[in-house]
Amino acid sequence: MEVNIWALLLFLGLVLSVGGIVEIVPLFYMKNTMEHNQFPEIVWDKAGREPIVSINESNQEQWNWQPGEGVRPLTAVELAGRDIYQREGCYLCHSQMVRPFRDEKERYGHYSLASESMFDHPFQWGSKRTGPDLARVGGKYSDEWQRQHLYDPRSLVPESVMPGYPWLAQAYLNGAQLQRHMRGLRKVGVPYADGDIAAAPALAEGKTEMDALIAYLQVLGTMATLDNSKTYRE
Amino acid sequence: MQASLEHKYDFEIVRWFTIMSVVYLVAGAAIGVYIASELAWPFLNFDNPYISFGRLRPLHTNTVIFAFGGCTLMATAFYSVQRTCGVRLWSEKMARFTFWGWNAVILLAVLTLPLGFTQSKEYAELEWPIDILIAVVWLSFTFNFIMTIATRKTSHIYVSNWFFLGMMIMIVYLHVVNSLAIPVGLFKSYSIFSGVQDAMIQWWWGHNAVGFYLTAGFLGIMYYFVPKQAERPIYSYRLSVIHFWSLMFGYVWLGAHHLQYTALPDWTGSLGAAISIAMIIPSWGGAVNGMMTLSGAWDRLRTDYVLRFLIIALAFYAMSTFEGPVMALKTVNALSHYTDWTIGHVHSGALGWVAGISIGAIYHLMIRLYHTEMFSERLISFHFWTATIGTVIYIVAMWVSGIMQGLMWRAYDEYGTLAYTFVESVDAMHPYYAMRAIGGMIFLLGAVVMLFNVLMTVRKSVVSGSLAKARAVPAAA
Repeated sequence: MEVNIWALLLFLGLVLSVGGIVEIVPLFYMKNTMEHNQFPEIVWDKAGREPIVSINESNQEQWNWQPGEGVRPLTAVELAGRDIYQREGCYLCHSQMVRPFRDEKERYGHYSLASESMFDHPFQWGSKRTGPDLARVGGKYSDEWQRQHLYDPRSLVPESVMPGYPWLAQAYLNGAQLQRHMRGLRKVGVPYADGDIAAAPALAEGKTEMDALIAYLQVLGTMATLDNSKTYRE
Repeated sequence: MQASLEHKYDFEIVRWFTIMSVVYLVAGAAIGVYIASELAWPFLNFDNPYISFGRLRPLHTNTVIFAFGGCTLMATAFYSVQRTCGVRLWSEKMARFTFWGWNAVILLAVLTLPLGFTQSKEYAELEWPIDILIAVVWLSFTFNFIMTIATRKTSHIYVSNWFFLGMMIMIVYLHVVNSLAIPVGLFKSYSIFSGVQDAMIQWWWGHNAVGFYLTAGFLGIMYYFVPKQAERPIYSYRLSVIHFWSLMFGYVWLGAHHLQYTALPDWTGSLGAAISIAMIIPSWGGAVNGMMTLSGAWDRLRTDYVLRFLIIALAFYAMSTFEGPVMALKTVNALSHYTDWTIGHVHSGALGWVAGISIGAIYHLMIRLYHTEMFSERLISFHFWTATIGTVIYIVAMWVSGIMQGLMWRAYDEYGTLAYTFVESVDAMHPYYAMRAIGGMIFLLGAVVMLFNVLMTVRKSVVSGSLAKARAVPAAA
């Protein structure tokens, strides 16, 4: 091999493949990777068949999904919020992955399940907590608190080192763009019903990026009802 | 004899990459100092989207890893492959394409990341059109390197080339798989993987960007430049063979240790941790191999600052490859994960090892590429001390803040309730964030001095005509 470049390359290719194949490929096939294979109630059973939320004739939002009914794809507005979360690099300072420790349970809530991020392309578990974990931040603060905090974090939390995001309040959502994003996600396996995509422009109408980001934050961790007496993961 | 090398080999492309790598070292470190300061003094975000922390941090990592690291790897790989194979580059045109293509990638990164175009996968933030360009340019680099070896005049392939090859192949593999995404706009795409599988693939990429790009590639630099600068053969050829194959096989498994106690199945994380601990052996084997090359020539460390850079880099390599496996232990990871300790660990590798070995190699190259001594030896010595002291201040600050964060988050008071709110831990970090920014500034000062020294050396070479003279010597001499 020290004298034959082609043999060296071939052997290298083989050696370099082993670790990745052993650790990654089974995750796609082993049933116990995703908790909803054993506990189907974690995932909303109507996902992809009925729209999550639509706009009726009197221009009101009509929700087919209620909080706690199970993990579902994000609505158009929440997805817009997630796009902003990615764009602003929130994942660099906030994790979305509660570990199964007593202190994390008390600080953030129930440990995170794999099935809870099954529609997250890409995952947003993060790797750093310069700020607190956000996996279960939904409903912990009011919309108004979130708005003020995003606008000027130190007006509410003087010790915070988070940047302010005042520009989000000035930008409006683009319904057609969101439809493109939803169609793309559907191609990679996120179960959007036709009604979900059709409703996007009406849902996004008049909403700012700030509204969208708050809608995303408020849904985090609120989708599935988790039972403390059940062992979802060994 | 030096002079005729200008005819035998293609050094022009090496000169381009070498100068650009120093420019990017300054740029990457400057952005790093700025974002470190934003964490210490958040008013520096100025409510401006283009310079807010979340957008600049990927620009910092991309500049240091891909701009500085990439240009250094390409300069040293193109130089050492010619020298060890005794032939010119297989294609000079393709090497020039690699240079312009790679710099185009960097320019696009500088334009798109502050605008918020990102795939939001760490160290793989660049959007899909740029990813395709990266793949093409990287393949041109790899192909040219392989073909140069294939046309070599020596019988054996020298060990530094093995490390470069391992890096090139693995990066193709990682970059292609991890960046698979569905485009939904010119600068917007979604990963085709989701949740737990995406997490594992991302950290398979993430840790191997460290393991192959920032370790194997720079070990290639070590195996060529340490023996050259020390003017001694490598300590043990056999050890380098063992080092190579165990590193190639083992590193690939380590990504899972980034996901311990997460929703990744326990078997995967534990497997990653077990192999991580075993990796101490090859890593230290490599570090010992490099350091022992000096045996019998230790006195040269007193006078040779280039050698000092190379050896202190190996010391940091040994230190961080010990720290890494310790942090992969599940009990330690439970404390260290999500904290600044990780940031400190990364920087002891990045500033101490990667930058150290690169800087040593660049000074070594400058003298040979411009056929003159460095403009100032004293400035190299100044750079050595600023780089070392800056790095130590940085990592000590992050050790203290990281361990403190981890302990504060899990602390309970006598009533059995959590002792600290999250924001109390943020507040407690302030002095360490300031200290880290100062450490970074000291490192940056050294980098600026290096750029000045390098540019003055180029000027000196132009003024004295030493490069022109070297070119004028006929090849047959």
